[in-house]
Amino acid sequence: MTFDRRDFLKASAGAAALGTLSACASNGGMAKSARPKVVIVGAGFGGSTCARYLKLWDPNIEVTVIEPNDVFTSCPFSNTVLAGINQMADITMPYDYVKKAVDQWVPDKVTAIDTGKRTVTTKGGKTFAYDRLVLAGGIELMYDKVQGYDEEARKTIKHAWKASPDQTGVLRQQLEAMPDGGVFVMSVPMSPYRCPPGPYERACMVASYFKKAKPKSKIIILDGNPDIASKKGLFVAAWTKHFGYGTDKSMIEFRPNNMPRAVDPKKMMVGTEFDDVKGDVINVVPPMRAAAICGMAGVRDGNNGTWCTIDYRSFESKVVPNVHVLGDSALTNFPKSGSVANNTGKMCAAALVEMLNGRQPDQAPVVTNTCYSGTGQGTGFHVATVFRYDPAGDKMVAQKGGGVSKEESELEMAYMESWATNVWADTLGLPESYKFTAKG
Amino acid sequence: MKKGIILALLAAGALGVITSAQADSRTRFMAANCGYCHGPDGKSRGAIPSLAGLDKAYFVQQMKDFRSGVRSGPSSTVMHHHAMGYTDEEYEKLGEWFAKIK
Repeated sequence: MTFDRRDFLKASAGAAALGTLSACASNGGMAKSARPKVVIVGAGFGGSTCARYLKLWDPNIEVTVIEPNDVFTSCPFSNTVLAGINQMADITMPYDYVKKAVDQWVPDKVTAIDTGKRTVTTKGGKTFAYDRLVLAGGIELMYDKVQGYDEEARKTIKHAWKASPDQTGVLRQQLEAMPDGGVFVMSVPMSPYRCPPGPYERACMVASYFKKAKPKSKIIILDGNPDIASKKGLFVAAWTKHFGYGTDKSMIEFRPNNMPRAVDPKKMMVGTEFDDVKGDVINVVPPMRAAAICGMAGVRDGNNGTWCTIDYRSFESKVVPNVHVLGDSALTNFPKSGSVANNTGKMCAAALVEMLNGRQPDQAPVVTNTCYSGTGQGTGFHVATVFRYDPAGDKMVAQKGGGVSKEESELEMAYMESWATNVWADTLGLPESYKFTAKG
Repeated sequence: MKKGIILALLAAGALGVITSAQADSRTRFMAANCGYCHGPDGKSRGAIPSLAGLDKAYFVQQMKDFRSGVRSGPSSTVMHHHAMGYTDEEYEKLGEWFAKIK
């Protein structure tokens, strides 16, 4: 018996048609469209992963991705650019393989969402209908919560909390231009925020650069939280071991309960409730909330209207049907990490495949987070947790046994580098031939 | 004759797709979950070991050893955390899944 390519195509087309029929038969709501339509807004760790796995697990689903950026810039590893370990090019990767995987790639910005009519409209004036909408827009920074952080101030003061040449790249240039003996003032937003260990890793990375190039310089961390919010023991140990923390020669000064309330780019000053802090380079991360698209869809219902509550079994919004929210925008008890965004992208894809074929998604999903941080000194460490859904309490329960590294190590830096290449490959569908260049 | 084969394949294939998706979609996600560290399809691009093609019995034993502490220190930087969060039955399913990937 022979089975050539044409027969295979016919057979698979038939299978797809049967799949559609069964979806129609079991799900009246879907009957109007021949193929279920999923529109994904945002192609970061959550959106790209969700798009790729939807097509992998059910090619019949018509997937449209709307993303204004023409390349993917990774927030994980962006602190290494501040240290001078990597360049922007090392954390910038192509969308080519996501584009190839999906039915439609729209390089545009979303300006309106009508959840009643189930449509999304872009700046370019195009409207896209959906059966299911996935919002994966990450975070929106609330500059108006910091007095004086206007457009003019933003030319001088960078947040670098969304990695880009204009943010991460410029902050690196500012650090390079700073004289030895200068002061770098950086801030930590109130929890919950994107990447809990990120600010403390940033302090390590900048301190590593100063230690090598500008040893008389200082770092002042203004933390809105009452204490180091993530991996405290490991960061304090790294600061102590490498940067003299705890001595009068410490390169790092940590000030908890010091939320920046105002900035003055002319005087190069940051104001907290307690005092004004002068810096040669100022890096203020303003308070944040779920991405603007979540506001457009009316799904920012949680935590005083800042984040989006979701059903853990599908990532569907608890307030607006057929709208799913991924990654940092969601109000969950996951940390807002790249790993979680990637994994919740797959979880949402898995649930959508079931739902769009008239089946029930997994009612007791189990999912993990592993998050590495680097010291800038060739070593790294992690926090790792398994979460299991508890239907009775409607929450994700951190399983026993989760936790952090005993100590920093070179081995964990090798794993951190490998994690980055694997999560980038998984998110963006990068082929095995793709050459990664980022180092820790 | 050819038509008959196509029809048979079509029916078997279509039914197969639906049945296996129902039975395995949970394991399929659990296995995909591992990809962010171990690489897409369990094929790692760096220092973290690949899972694709591992012998099922070996995989299950390693998970048990991570959980019990037999594998510890530098040979278990992260995995003891993860192993404690999964059940024996899930070890089996994941082991079976990765063993089938070439």
